[in-house]
Amino acid sequence: MALKGAIVVDTERCKGCGVCVANCPTNTIALAHEVNSRGYNFVHMANPDNCTGCTNCATVCPDAVITVYRVKI
Amino acid sequence: MDINEIIKPENLVYKKTPILKDNILHYCPGCSHGVVHKIIAEVIEEMNIQEKTIGVSPVGCSVFAYNYLDIDWQQAAHGRAPALATAIKRLMPEKYVFTYQGDGDLASIGTAEIMHACNRGENIVVIFINNAIYGMTGGQMAPTTLLGQVTATTPYGRKAELNGYPLKITELIAQLEGTCYVTRQSVQNPASVRKAKKAIRKAFENSQMHKGTSFVEIVGTCNSGWKIPPVQANKWMEENMFPFYPLGDMKDR
Ligand SMILES: Cc1ncc(C[n+]2csc(CCOP(=O)(O)OP(=O)(O)O)c2C)c(N)n1
Ligand code: SF4
Ligand code: SF4
Repeated sequence: MALKGAIVVDTERCKGCGVCVANCPTNTIALAHEVNSRGYNFVHMANPDNCTGCTNCATVCPDAVITVYRVKI
Repeated sequence: MDINEIIKPENLVYKKTPILKDNILHYCPGCSHGVVHKIIAEVIEEMNIQEKTIGVSPVGCSVFAYNYLDIDWQQAAHGRAPALATAIKRLMPEKYVFTYQGDGDLASIGTAEIMHACNRGENIVVIFINNAIYGMTGGQMAPTTLLGQVTATTPYGRKAELNGYPLKITELIAQLEGTCYVTRQSVQNPASVRKAKKAIRKAFENSQMHKGTSFVEIVGTCNSGWKIPPVQANKWMEENMFPFYPLGDMKDR
């Protein structure tokens, strides 16, 4: 059995601090080249296949930006 | 597997608690205040005490905490949150009352209030954010600033001869008879966030058991004040703050 995950980022709330990126154990997320309306490089799933839905990114995010989904396959 | 097959309500494992309002937090990117607001909100949701919780916000960057947690609030004069929380809790003992204070607020201008509230054993929760600096006013030295640490008012680093020693106020508070639970936590990685949340939950539970004051210090970062980017600031904190401000419970009874 494996775990597959996915995150949804509220890009307008994201401040691009990168704390979630540093705490992602599967190297799934990165800061995007695009910016939101406040000028921040928001986070996105650069390697979506890697995500296990562990919730680490959402747990450390100071701005409560990330929603996490997970399935067992 | 297609992402859209994963992103479905039945697969949800983490989302922002509704106790946190949708307002965008005014804190700087990566600031520990946001994480601590979030875990307090999650504890309030999990304990189902939204209607029964009253927060007292300080002067400092977290003066606006009342914009973010959907509970009742009062805002206190600088350092006076423990006095205001004492009055609220004594008038409404059935409420869960907590103060949220920075190190400038609690350990400098508010030293008398926090010492005496803790010594009286008021049945309140104190959340103390120690980022070793005055964030709001532009990064001046705080009582908790480390020796050698550069701030706006110690441009060559804090020197004991000139500026005195960093104040371990939490260790002092642990000595007071009135406190029942005194702990120091942090929020820079998932494990520490979970531990800090457990500590905050325990503090809230204690406050209804008439055991005395519960005091939770969170060692945090102030990226703007420290002039260190968020991820590196967390590392700087681990390397420089934790040796002087060791994490863990100082008292639990
Ligand atoms: C009576 C009074 N004195 C001084 C100030 C200026 N002042 C505002 S915030 C602050 C310090 C805040 O530092 P801290 O409590 O560490 O909170 P942070 O901003 O770092 O979260 C000071 C001295 C004030 N507002 N009121
Ligand atoms: S931790 Fe939150 S605010 Fe910071 S980059 Fe990640 S999603 Fe954005
Ligand atoms: S100045 Fe410091 S304490 Fe204030 S919001 Fe910015 S990082 Fe946080």
